[in-house]
Amino acid sequence: MKEPNKLLSALTSQVGRKLLTGITGVLLVLFVISHLSGNLALLRSDSAPFNQYTQTLHSFGMLLIIVEIGLGLLILLHAYLGIAIMLRKRAARKQGYDVVASKGGPSRQSLSSRTMAVTGIILLIFLVIHIVQMRFGPNISQGYSTIINGQEVRDLHRLVLEVFSNIWWVAFYVGVMMMLGFHLRHGIWSALQSLAAMKPRYSTAIYSVAFLLAVLLAVGFLILPIWIYINHRGATV
Amino acid sequence: MSDTLMTIHLKVWRQDAPTQPGKFVQYTVPGVNPHMSFLEMFDLLNEQLSAKGEIPVEFDNDCREGICGSCSMVINGMPHGPQRGTAACQLHMRHFKDGDHVVVEPWRAAAFPMIRDLVVDRTSLDRIIAAGGYISTNTGAPPDANSLPVSKDDSDRAFDYAACIGCGACVAACPNASASLFTAAKIGHLALLPQGAPERKRRVINMVEQMEKEGFGDCSNHGECEAACPKEISISAIAMMRREYVKAVVGG
Ligand code: FES
Repeated sequence: MKEPNKLLSALTSQVGRKLLTGITGVLLVLFVISHLSGNLALLRSDSAPFNQYTQTLHSFGMLLIIVEIGLGLLILLHAYLGIAIMLRKRAARKQGYDVVASKGGPSRQSLSSRTMAVTGIILLIFLVIHIVQMRFGPNISQGYSTIINGQEVRDLHRLVLEVFSNIWWVAFYVGVMMMLGFHLRHGIWSALQSLAAMKPRYSTAIYSVAFLLAVLLAVGFLILPIWIYINHRGATV
Repeated sequence: MSDTLMTIHLKVWRQDAPTQPGKFVQYTVPGVNPHMSFLEMFDLLNEQLSAKGEIPVEFDNDCREGICGSCSMVINGMPHGPQRGTAACQLHMRHFKDGDHVVVEPWRAAAFPMIRDLVVDRTSLDRIIAAGGYISTNTGAPPDANSLPVSKDDSDRAFDYAACIGCGACVAACPNASASLFTAAKIGHLALLPQGAPERKRRVINMVEQMEKEGFGDCSNHGECEAACPKEISISAIAMMRREYVKAVVGG
């Protein structure tokens, strides 16, 4: 099984696809954790810590771009695998049931597990909007500049404050972050189940830890726009 | 427990042939004894239908003691009904109340083509077994006792997985119609025992490939299969199948 075409057919098999979904999912969760920890600088009333943080990221230059492209590919692969699962599922049961009920007990079926494709697609659309709005939003040349350590840098803090002084943007971000929580509620557990051969006796504990992590990440993110809206409304623009 | 006879209102899927459209038909079954199994209640219904000159409801069954895996019915949205660890033939009517409405449907999966009424063709599962769910062994005199040591832990787990009766409830319960639990139980059972060692690698590769060819869906770790399994086989089997797969690909 060492020839490349055999490896490829292994990766595209049902088990291979599941493992890839899990691996890309775990990497994306790690990204989400690091993204949130950086963004927590937005909780400070002073703009310097956040701009300092974004400036540090951008000082990596080419390396940052490579990481960004890598992340983009990761997201596309994860989304492709997820959509493929959804399409295959439709083909695998053409005629549905009149009544569907969960038998409970060890079942991990939930609204969250059944809506992975929907929440995933919402997150994908959100990402495009978010990247266009923030990453490719107004720059130094549009006057969004500030001085950090005697150097003129982009004032991303100002842009974030402006966006989140609009109640509709706040509502949009909060709503999408709840979808993120829903996606991760099943996703973190599912990735761990796919990648680690869990002993049944750990299963409940891991399911609970996955739930806690999903709640923490979603709440951590959605608190930022609300916080900014409450504290900075009227202070900018 | 009371022996008072009950009346059960059924809504059953009827379909004369794969090529003809099916529909739900309502039946009221009086005289249901609470000690009857779910299948015996169907026997009663069929007697009543025959007496009226109607065609009885076709359903699969054989052993009626929970070991052959042929009784396939989705009862009120749950394969084998609401009782955990029970096949439909062992589900007793005492779990229902007088006057209950019960919806009965066949297993629904593209890989389980309709035959008639509640009977579907589950030979796709047999083809997964044929792809690798066997061992090569010498026939002839039995080997000496204890010549093949197996640890207690391994033999217990292998036995848990070997308890699979191939009924297909995991597929029927899975929102994706995946056969992962069935396939994984067979792979896990044989991978844990020395007798399964010679074909260990090609077994997992071929069975996973066959599962895909048959048109079963992907596993999304919903875990509904474990809840529906009449033998309560854990989804740890699926985790084991994935590990076996990686070992076969990387180490092969
Ligand atoms: S009839 Fe054999 S398991 Fe139910």
